[in-house]
Amino acid sequence: MEEMKDMVLNYVINEYQEDEDDEITYDTPLISSGFVDSFSMVSLKVFIEKKFNISIPDEEATPEAFDSVNKIVDLVNGYLEKK
Amino acid sequence: MSYSNKVKELYVNQLKDIKSAGIYKEERFIHSSQAADIDVEFPRGSNLKNVINMCANNYLGLSSHPEVLKAAHEGLDTRGYGMSSVRFICGTQDIHRELENKVTEFLGTEDTILFPSCMDANAGVFEALLTSEDIMISDRLVHASIIDGMRLCSAEHDTFKHSNMQHLEQKLQLHADKRIKMVITDGVFSMDGDLAKLDEMVDLCEKYDALLFVDDSHSSGFIGKTGRGTHEHCGVVGKIDIITTTFGKALGGASGGCVSGRKEIVEMCRQKARPYLFSNTISPVVVAGVLRVFDILSGSTERRDKLEKNTIFWRKGLTEAGFVLKEGDSPIVPVMLFNAKLSQDFSKDLYDLGIYAIGFFFPVVPNGQARIRTQISAGHEMHHLEKALDAFIKVGKKYGILGLSKQEIIDKYGL
Repeated sequence: MEEMKDMVLNYVINEYQEDEDDEITYDTPLISSGFVDSFSMVSLKVFIEKKFNISIPDEEATPEAFDSVNKIVDLVNGYLEKK
Repeated sequence: MSYSNKVKELYVNQLKDIKSAGIYKEERFIHSSQAADIDVEFPRGSNLKNVINMCANNYLGLSSHPEVLKAAHEGLDTRGYGMSSVRFICGTQDIHRELENKVTEFLGTEDTILFPSCMDANAGVFEALLTSEDIMISDRLVHASIIDGMRLCSAEHDTFKHSNMQHLEQKLQLHADKRIKMVITDGVFSMDGDLAKLDEMVDLCEKYDALLFVDDSHSSGFIGKTGRGTHEHCGVVGKIDIITTTFGKALGGASGGCVSGRKEIVEMCRQKARPYLFSNTISPVVVAGVLRVFDILSGSTERRDKLEKNTIFWRKGLTEAGFVLKEGDSPIVPVMLFNAKLSQDFSKDLYDLGIYAIGFFFPVVPNGQARIRTQISAGHEMHHLEKALDAFIKVGKKYGILGLSKQEIIDKYGL
């Protein structure tokens, strides 16, 4: 679980952090704060689907569901449990 | 009646939400021609106020230039008012093709196609050229019209960190298997005023066999030694596959845009770009005006040279006064305030002092990066800039931000 969180957090930092002063934690709002714009969210979805070998339908890949590392991990766990 | 109370209430509530979020946009009515000095009615119903305009895209001061007005009058007299047809039926005049040729020559490309606006050019170009086998890789800060255009296209898309060439290279490697890879950027970024690193982007695109697309709307006419645009500034004229630009900013400021670039790409747009196929093109009166703009610019660099001088004066004055600016070489000079409310209060105080400059905040710019975006023009005389600088310093002193760093302003006013 912690490993998964760190994996997602590291991806978010490497992929989206423009300013090193920005602190990003597991709970930092990503989409609603504008840190990740909804257009750039696609690469995050693709990363998660590839990494965890799951497929998230577009209607469930909402800005709300992707709004923090913790929320993303909850979403991924939901899919992994169904597998 | 289909406009039921239920639907009406839905919109009333949405409008209330927009107002309470502080992002309700209100127009200010200008009762004069577009220029450095304008007469403004604001708030609605109030007496006219003569103010210095520091927020127009009128970079070369050509919006109300007498020669452009004269040419537009002549165009109206000789070619009429409207076309009442799309281009490929009976909506193309000789002057439309003349303008396309003139733009091609000016930008140093192979061919050009006109669109009703650059927004339309960006809406049509991707869908006309790319399919689901392809990938669009865009800078994170590209203009909203490009994002809309990409949304209309079935190709996959990805983004790279703003002007980060290392990240772009990673993305080009990641998508190496795609049929067509198109790298997409603004030439000058409209909110930050910085220039794309087109020389490095050309190298990367050559290395990874990708097309390069540049929206040069905030550059055409004044960036580069002879004002050809960002590609001239970066020494890569002839190496950009697709340039879109507008006639609605520096190039007379009326309306209209274009796609300019590789011959076959322009031809594909002429066959497939929907805003070109299903909308009238630029009206003859505007075409005649823009043609004269290109004559003026091809004859002399006087206006872009004056703009450069004005921009240097403005940046130096604000920096010496102790403001935090976004770095850059363009006439877009953002004065950083970081806090949204401060940007609105600051703008209001400037207006009271006769300076018209708008404060921008999230979601127009990233959260915590509120600013006053100033835009310099060749139409500004030194007395305009001196008066504006005095007003900025007065308001800056009022809020106690002169000489403060980014962090100190944030500590004082919050994000």
